[in-house]
Amino acid sequence: MRFLVYLLAGLAGGVLGGMGMGGGCVLIPILTVLCGVPQHMAQSVNLLTFLPMAAVSLHVHAENGLLDTRGVLWMIVPATLLSVLGGLFVQNVSGGALRVGFGVFLCLLSLYQFASGIKGLRAAKAGSRDSGYKAGL
Amino acid sequence: MTEVKKIAKLCGAGMLTGAVNGLFGGGGGMIVVPLLQANGRAPLVAHATAILIILPVCLASAAVYLAGGWFDAELFLAVGLGVLAGGAAGANLLGVISPAAATLVFAAVMFAAGVRMIV
Repeated sequence: MRFLVYLLAGLAGGVLGGMGMGGGCVLIPILTVLCGVPQHMAQSVNLLTFLPMAAVSLHVHAENGLLDTRGVLWMIVPATLLSVLGGLFVQNVSGGALRVGFGVFLCLLSLYQFASGIKGLRAAKAGSRDSGYKAGL
Repeated sequence: MTEVKKIAKLCGAGMLTGAVNGLFGGGGGMIVVPLLQANGRAPLVAHATAILIILPVCLASAAVYLAGGWFDAELFLAVGLGVLAGGAAGANLLGVISPAAATLVFAAVMFAAGVRMIV
């Protein structure tokens, strides 16, 4: 039973991840809020389960020529260093405090997503108006 | 922009991404994609390249969490299988749903989850 619940949680996170929206941002709250998994454990699961999917999609993207690697090392090296430091830091943070921090992060991220989603809808509307105008001509 | 300034900007973006990824065990991709797009990459290229940047970062922070003892075989196996199957389904859904509409629904779910975690 436990296995099935976790499998469903993974499915929900995976669908969003496959659509290119941070799957972990949904997977982690599902695991902690709905399934009672400790915050640190949920974050650990998210990091590890991301790896195989990322490796597969990276291979596909490389074959499709979608990778643009200019300057990426300048991002990868500092990002890797800081992620290790961040990971070490939270090992000493309580699960409750980490969960609240994650909640604040999610709220901020969702506000940004709202803004870009509305922008996208407006752009789509403007696009269809333009094409309608052209068709009218 | 001078070369040094460009590199400093990339490093800063990388540091922000890495810190978030290490602290919250994910979410780095949500930050890298808009940063890459601001850097002049097309959305599809930005998404693909983001994975290339996030993969080594996740590998490093996953090692830290595992060393901290955060491992449960049943949980990891079940979620891992779910994520793989769901990921394939999600990739196919991408063409069916309008990206802007999907983003708004996604944002609403995230906001609700975030509030639930704070209170």
